[in-house]
Amino acid sequence: MAKKILLDNIDVPGLASFEVYKQLGGYSAVEKALKNLTPDQVTGEVTKSGLRGRGGAGFPTGMKWGFIDKKSGNPRYFVCNFDESEPGTFKDRHIGQLNPHLLIEGMILGSYALGARTSYIYIRGELFYVLKIIEKAIAEAYKNGLLGNNILGTGYSLDLYCQPGGGAYICGEETALLESLEGKRGNPRIKPPFPAVVGLYGCPTVVNNVETIATIPWIINNGYEAYSSIGIGNSKGTKLISACGHINKPGVYEIELGLPIEEFIYSDEYCGGIRNGNKLKAVVAGGSSVPILPAELILRTATGEPRLMSYESLSEGGFQSGSMLGSGGFIVMDHTTCIVKNLLTFARFYHHESCGQCSPCREGTGWMEKILHRIESGNGSMKDIDLLVNISKHIEGNTICPLGDAAAWPVASAIRHFRAEFEEHVKLQKCPF
Amino acid sequence: MPLLKLTIDNIEVEVEPGTTIMNAARKIGGHVVPPAMCYYSKLEGSGGKCRTCLVKVSQGSFKDNRPMPKLVASCRTLVQDGMVVQNTTSPEVIENRRAITEFLLLNHPLDCPVCDQAGECHLQDLSYQNGLEETNTDEARRTFAPIDIGNLIKLHMNRCILCYRCVMVADQITDSRVHGVLGRGDHSEISTLIKKAVDNDFSGNMIDVCPVGALTDKTFRFKSRVWFTRPFDAHRKCTKCSGKTVLWMKGEEILRVTGRKDKYGELEEFICNDCRFVYKQPKDWEIEGPRKIERHSVISQNHYEKLDNEENEDKIEA
Amino acid sequence: MTKFSAESLPIVNRILKQYPEGKQKSALLPLLHIAQAENNGWLSAETMDYIASLLEIQPIEVYEVASFYSMFNLQPVGNCVIEVCQTGPCWLNGAEELLAYFTERLGIKAGETTADGKFTLKTVECLAACGNAPVIQVGTDYFENVNKQKAEELLDKWQKENKISHTNPYL
Ligand SMILES: Cc1cc2nc3c(=O)[nH]c(=O)nc-3n(C[C@H](O)[C@H](O)[C@H](O)COP(=O)(O)O)c2cc1C
Ligand code: SF4
Ligand code: SF4
Ligand code: FES
Ligand code: FES
Repeated sequence: MAKKILLDNIDVPGLASFEVYKQLGGYSAVEKALKNLTPDQVTGEVTKSGLRGRGGAGFPTGMKWGFIDKKSGNPRYFVCNFDESEPGTFKDRHIGQLNPHLLIEGMILGSYALGARTSYIYIRGELFYVLKIIEKAIAEAYKNGLLGNNILGTGYSLDLYCQPGGGAYICGEETALLESLEGKRGNPRIKPPFPAVVGLYGCPTVVNNVETIATIPWIINNGYEAYSSIGIGNSKGTKLISACGHINKPGVYEIELGLPIEEFIYSDEYCGGIRNGNKLKAVVAGGSSVPILPAELILRTATGEPRLMSYESLSEGGFQSGSMLGSGGFIVMDHTTCIVKNLLTFARFYHHESCGQCSPCREGTGWMEKILHRIESGNGSMKDIDLLVNISKHIEGNTICPLGDAAAWPVASAIRHFRAEFEEHVKLQKCPF
Repeated sequence: MPLLKLTIDNIEVEVEPGTTIMNAARKIGGHVVPPAMCYYSKLEGSGGKCRTCLVKVSQGSFKDNRPMPKLVASCRTLVQDGMVVQNTTSPEVIENRRAITEFLLLNHPLDCPVCDQAGECHLQDLSYQNGLEETNTDEARRTFAPIDIGNLIKLHMNRCILCYRCVMVADQITDSRVHGVLGRGDHSEISTLIKKAVDNDFSGNMIDVCPVGALTDKTFRFKSRVWFTRPFDAHRKCTKCSGKTVLWMKGEEILRVTGRKDKYGELEEFICNDCRFVYKQPKDWEIEGPRKIERHSVISQNHYEKLDNEENEDKIEA
Repeated sequence: MTKFSAESLPIVNRILKQYPEGKQKSALLPLLHIAQAENNGWLSAETMDYIASLLEIQPIEVYEVASFYSMFNLQPVGNCVIEVCQTGPCWLNGAEELLAYFTERLGIKAGETTADGKFTLKTVECLAACGNAPVIQVGTDYFENVNKQKAEELLDKWQKENKISHTNPYL
């Protein structure tokens, strides 16, 4: 059995309550850190653990904390990104709903390390029922002296609040999230300045993903060495993978980074193979934004090595033959799937979610959706396929925030690996599936 | 602080720390200046949105001589000492600027023949300069239901490129804002939501900052094509603004009053609504002399003359 | 809705205290959620103007925000708003057929409201529950693994009980 850091106790009944969480050793990391470690020591543990951001970009967490401007004299904020909106991703909900105190404990540790006195959990508005679970847990934590003034008599004080979004994928982008938290439209900010210098209310701020934050208590309890001994290469520790699509056992799995993808898909411990005995056709491995890979390239790299669940292995081959670990949203498609139609749903998504601030994304996402719709419904031309590639190329890298890239990559990669299927739609003047 | 050195298209210039590439380019002038559809030096926080000003940074600085991985928005990127920037000397910039122009034109109605902005429209200039007089698509264009924003300003949302300048004008130089960007993505629109007149002492400046014909002077509409009027610098004593304007005249008649624009099409000073909309008699003004319009523009009459009569305009409008 | 109900006021006041002095605009999204619930599931201009005055901001700032986020309805809706996820993972698992079922059974297309005002059908994007696709949302409730049979049962139930989906999400 693989090491479990986040989902160890996830099946224990009543885990969401303070008593059960506490009985299982919960809040011992807060006790340890606030009583025995300085904020910089906490940051040091996280840095040395090798933990990387689990929201999608994989940026080293400790390094990000190190960037926070501690000299400005302004308040500092720690913000949890619980926007979870990347299609295929449903791992943070699993933690928030079943183990809210783990997230709260992580929030206290991060806030302490950064010197924040007020922290927020920004959660997508659709997940209001999870917000209520977390708010209830926060109230319990206050009651037990783990939040509020003078936590556990250590002199450190922290207020923690939940904030709902209003239905906007773009608010997962950290600067759009901060705008939204300030009560504004979720328009991403132009960077620099970065949030570590100018963040929430113009003050130094760190934004981290739910899973990233929920990992901190274990690192503090067990030490950075224990954490960094798990995993492979620069992919340390465990990762939550939310697996969906045409598999026998969809769900949220905690894997040790480095697990062979073939094992993940076919073993009974994880996905349990392709549904109905069908053949694997393609996988989008890290949420809808990352390049799609056909079966042969998801199981093995272009050089024939087994493909592993790790930042490095998944990106091996660049965009020519590789992809990204992304958010861990693992979408599996069997041989009955129309790649064009699946892509059309993604294109519609990005068109719907573009904030509209910058012209390549605002205009290009809708244009790509239109063309894909045309091709899928049998009214496309061969020229349309090249036009799609062309549009995606001119959105990529030219926008304010990475949503533009996220819209472009799925299109470019689907045509790269499944061009024949697009051409077939054009030739037959209908969807062959 | 010592000045920073950089080159843009091989031309060297020195600028103060904190200067953007755009403003460094403007210091040199001429072809090295990237087109700006959203940046406006007098509006805080403007820029970064249209992406027409993207340039290539082929060397980041003396200290770090690597190129920047992506094209950068010159209006929002600060100069580093030793930067090497390419504007029109970079094929990558040319290609992407062309693509961005196409994005901007994709849903643009191309109703220049009936647009009051024709002849002084930055989008028109941009498309001429980038060899895109028309887009190569025949997708259905997006349209918005027309809304009325009062007696002074006409809004043609279909022409808007969402530069946010008019919103910033309302935020930064008027005392209250009743219009804004509503909706999201390509459904975003300039609107007041419920019927409200955009009307206060300085609201007319929204017309002058609009790079396209989305906001035009209602009191001027259809009176004449821009190139049949003659601009004159003029001033009057005004308690609200400097009173320095340009009068657009046909014979003895003042057809329109605007602020004075520099060679980048930016107002030298914002003017008040009294000067713009109220004082329309030659006796109200001290006329200084003909205004030289500095901005290179496609006031290319030949394209429009044949369509230039009001009957036609109304037909196409309807 | 002219004002928040007595039931919601304590929640509103608690929310207003969550932000630093002078940053009450931050309360906009939470308050809009409550206001929408108390205004029959949609935000009228009057409702938004009320929130603006409460937060001491310009009405246009509220309109801009409310129109940006897809959970806010700026037009009246039916008593029960059914939101069907249509993104890739749900599509792979039959979301299209599910939507077709709702369309047929209710006699309306996505974005429309039944003539009796009971149901509004809406398509939405990924709800972060893709492992149990297809997924629909009604009010704050998620319904997962919704096949045709389950949809039928739910609709029957909601028909019978005159389901109202817009309730204060904090309660
Ligand atoms: C369009 C877009 C959507 C994103 N959505 C999410 C999200 O839903 N959740 C998340 O944690 N990060 C999301 N991110 C990444 C965040 O911007 C940010 O990198 C992350 O919250 C940092 O936390 P981490 O370092 O712990 O991963 C998104 C980024 C982009 C560009
Ligand atoms: S890339 Fe898209 S989502 Fe990001 S700022 Fe530009 S328009 Fe908005
Ligand atoms: S109306 Fe004009 S100034 Fe306002 S956003 Fe649109 S293009 Fe810009
Ligand atoms: S002028 Fe620089 S992005 Fe618009
Ligand atoms: S795609 Fe429907 S919940 Fe994710």
